[in-house]
Amino acid sequence: MSEDDAGTAAGAPAGANAEGAAAVAAVEAVAERIEDERDHLTQLDSAIGDADHGGNMARGWAAAADAAGDLADPDPETVAKTVGKTLMAEVGGASGPLFGGSLVFAAAELGDGITPESAVAFAETYLEKVEDRGDARVGDQTVVDALTPAVHTFKKSIEVDDLPPIEALAKAVDAAERGVAFTVPIRARKGRASYLGWRSVGHQDPGATSALFILEELLAVAADRLDVEIPETDASSPTIPDDEAAEDDPAEGAGSEDG
Amino acid sequence: MVGIVVVSHSERAAEGIAEIAAEMAGDTRIEPVGGDGKGGIGTVPDAIEDAIDAAAGAGGEDGGDGDADGVVVLVDLGSAVMNADVAVELSDAEAVIADAPVLEGAVNAAVAATDPSATVESVREQAEAARDIEKL
Repeated sequence: MSEDDAGTAAGAPAGANAEGAAAVAAVEAVAERIEDERDHLTQLDSAIGDADHGGNMARGWAAAADAAGDLADPDPETVAKTVGKTLMAEVGGASGPLFGGSLVFAAAELGDGITPESAVAFAETYLEKVEDRGDARVGDQTVVDALTPAVHTFKKSIEVDDLPPIEALAKAVDAAERGVAFTVPIRARKGRASYLGWRSVGHQDPGATSALFILEELLAVAADRLDVEIPETDASSPTIPDDEAAEDDPAEGAGSEDG
Repeated sequence: MVGIVVVSHSERAAEGIAEIAAEMAGDTRIEPVGGDGKGGIGTVPDAIEDAIDAAAGAGGEDGGDGDADGVVVLVDLGSAVMNADVAVELSDAEAVIADAPVLEGAVNAAVAATDPSATVESVREQAEAARDIEKL
């Protein structure tokens, strides 16, 4: 946050500004995407909820993009915090504290800029806050079903597979897509859809869908900023876990067993 | 002294509940907060955080913990609970949410807070005892 000690790392201010600018661009891309998907999200929500998710999210992200665009030369932490605060104030219902509140707290992880490590910490904190605030876990037919596979896949791709961050993010997006698909055939246990009981089965969760759109835009903006193509990849692992684990990292591989 | 915050989706409901509780509250600070900030139904974490700080006696930005012995927060429904939870985490004041019906809990909390030895825990406990109030 402090600008005074920037002198210690040559080029740090420029780096921070580039990251801040990329973060603002990402927020703008998300706002545009959510606006495009407004009717789609509303449609999903009208099947199992109160049909306000599309409108609420579109209004919130438009305000967030405005607020982020108004920041003078921001660092990524400031962008994330500003977007989170704006979403909390502008998005009605539970999506405000879930999408926005979690961002306010996760923002602190970006205090030293965006690195593979800080991005993993940011993602993990975000997921943890959403889980705690919504008291939801995987399988409850909520946004957690999209975020959990995305965050786990991102973390593993960075920390175990040592993949380039853009490839890790592309895998995370594919993981989120699988998570969104998983919300369809299961019963809602949290949120308004849970009042429908068994009638919630067969419906795609709007919050999880929004999370996927957000991640897709983060990936698109990251690829654009790095001037690379979006990697063609999926969430399956590039290596055979047993081979790798035995050699490199027994702790990670121990007891891994696919259900 | 323990402060009290009343959170409702409706600003007028929050004010009315605080008004009822204040009759029993002596000098206790009771801060009502509610509405989406634009005259509609909803709650805003920033506004709840400000109310918590005001109930804690903290003055403005750098007010820190203020002079109150903590704050007990009463909430109505659904996203108000989540927004209050965010506000409690953001505030520097020592604040807890009481798992209680908002009106009855606020009245109980107000009475409990007039006890000179009241603590956040004792006030929260009394607020939560309101869950067992029978009306008929």
